[in-house]
Amino acid sequence: MNQKKSKTPMIVTLVLIAAIYIAVFVAEQMLPATSMLFTVLKKGAVYALVAVSMNLLNGFTGIFSLGQAGFMLIGAYVYGIFTIPVADRAQVYQYFDGGAIQFTLPIVIAMILSGLIAAFFAFLIGLPVLRLKSDYLAIATLGFAEIIRAVFQWNGLGRITNGSNMLRLFPGFNDFNIRNTDGQVTLYLSTLIPFIMAGICILLIVLLINSTYGRALKAIRDDEVAAEAMGINLAHHKRLAFCISSFFAGVGGAMLAMYQNSIQAKPFTSAMTYEILLIVVIGGIGSITGSVFSSFLFVACSEWWLRFLDEKQMIGNFEVPLLRNGFRLVVFSLIIMIVVLFFRRGIMGDKELPDLFSRRAGKKERAVK
Amino acid sequence: MWDTVFPYLLSGISVGGQYALIAIGYTMVYGILRLINFAHGDVFMVAGIIMVYIAASGLPLWLCIPLVLLITVTVGFLIERAAYKPLRSAPRMSVMISAIGVSYTLQNLVLYITGGLNKQYPTIPLISDTVQIGTAKTKMVTVITPFLVIILVIALVLLINKTKIGMAMRAVSKDFETSQLMGIKINNVISSTFIIGSFLAGVGSILFFTNYPTVIQTSGAMPGLKAFVAAVFGGIGSIPGAVIGAFIIGIMENIIKGLDVILFKMGLTSAPLGIATFSDAFSFALLIIILLVKPTGLFGEKVTDKV
Repeated sequence: MNQKKSKTPMIVTLVLIAAIYIAVFVAEQMLPATSMLFTVLKKGAVYALVAVSMNLLNGFTGIFSLGQAGFMLIGAYVYGIFTIPVADRAQVYQYFDGGAIQFTLPIVIAMILSGLIAAFFAFLIGLPVLRLKSDYLAIATLGFAEIIRAVFQWNGLGRITNGSNMLRLFPGFNDFNIRNTDGQVTLYLSTLIPFIMAGICILLIVLLINSTYGRALKAIRDDEVAAEAMGINLAHHKRLAFCISSFFAGVGGAMLAMYQNSIQAKPFTSAMTYEILLIVVIGGIGSITGSVFSSFLFVACSEWWLRFLDEKQMIGNFEVPLLRNGFRLVVFSLIIMIVVLFFRRGIMGDKELPDLFSRRAGKKERAVK
Repeated sequence: MWDTVFPYLLSGISVGGQYALIAIGYTMVYGILRLINFAHGDVFMVAGIIMVYIAASGLPLWLCIPLVLLITVTVGFLIERAAYKPLRSAPRMSVMISAIGVSYTLQNLVLYITGGLNKQYPTIPLISDTVQIGTAKTKMVTVITPFLVIILVIALVLLINKTKIGMAMRAVSKDFETSQLMGIKINNVISSTFIIGSFLAGVGSILFFTNYPTVIQTSGAMPGLKAFVAAVFGGIGSIPGAVIGAFIIGIMENIIKGLDVILFKMGLTSAPLGIATFSDAFSFALLIIILLVKPTGLFGEKVTDKV
């Protein structure tokens, strides 16, 4: 059946993605760098990666894990710890005699290392936790994330993690802009680079899902017992999915650190995991395209489009009631509840981008006939 | 040594009692719906916020407390009707996601109402008076909590074992479908479970916020999670289990909070280790351990999985 499938949808998809990348690049050179658009695009790219990594577990393997914030925290810290320039360490680690680590890794290597260490922790925690069933697993991973948060805040590890103080002064997204000797930006890349990073990671996840491993994971999601009967090693595959998902959550955490320019353990709470889970649900559990799309939608709504709800608005002389700080979030959560209750398939259901085009293409073909 | 430990022990018992009241809500809902009601901790927080606003309106206190409990119960009832009932036949994951959505909504709603500021909890006379027990000075609420919890639990156990609705609850938690066939009005049973759970969470919030008198939209999250851990620890579905689990977690957590001071006074350490950071993490470590060693908890029934 695969051979018969037309290649057109795939090509259309690739062209579309390339067009988006070019549009991002062009927009960045044309528009002022302070535009809200870029904040949304950068944060959206980070969330897209994290949401896709969560979807790999919750949507494709059927493991309901709520540990995402914990793995992001590990990733963010590992990135920060290894990329702060040696000269700035004394300033950052001022309460811990300049810190224990006195060397700096290149950004890409530090990012991969963030992923690897997150995956390593996932492997450790997966040994006991993955034996648990659905909701117990959810609460155990949630608990694990809270433990990690406490460990990173502990002053006993302060020489490495800076205790409850911030890590900062490491390279962020804005450092990707190419500057001339006067410090003037000649080429803006601060949005394109996160897009490329997230793009590569998401591509790897897509390739994984379409491989034999991916099909095994889907089989586990659909029916564990049947999958085991077909010769799929449950423990092995679950552990694999858990580690890979955590790897990308770790990389996503590193990117979040770059976006924020500072790291603190405090905001990586269960609330953050819930937010990512809700993004996955809105996009459609089991659709990569949906997760990516809804990440941008979620970030755009919460940071930009719904902002007007937080301020007083006048229509003529009439002051619109209810609008004040926080109303945006209320409207937003009500929309989420409506999606959760009445549109349980989310925006995309389990369809991917090429499926959309192929359906349209199919209709056209039929129309021609 | 005893003088150093005693105050921590005392506040541990008190917090444990407050967790117990929340944990019962978790354990009852889980027993019947097999749902971790992630929004339960937020119902507890909402009860606190309602108290702040009602007390600010100038009503006499003897009227405030029943009113708060009534509104909390209504909130719990409405949440079930609006967010869980439509998903009765949906997969369990959907209901859990809905619960997370409700938690998110409640927190944002309170953020909007309060403007994200810490709200001072009103002082309730009698239970916030200071008393001297041995060497420790504490609030009256610390002493009252364990007794109140025991009274409420006994009343609840009587309700479950002796009344018709209690019998229906037990039947539904044993077998959802069959009890429906036997003519039990399942929606009423589920609603009353949520009503009881919210009522106890409301009582718990009055006790809890008298001790820690600031309320903010996130102040329900941690106690909620810990109460859930307590419910799992005691064996989910078992009410005495949840209560005992909650007391153990409350006491251990407070001892860990004071461990630096205790060790220092005993002369074992010379500098603070900062162990207090782990007082929250401890409960979760305990959760993971208990899930591995005895997944059914201390008093849980053995469940067999049907394929």
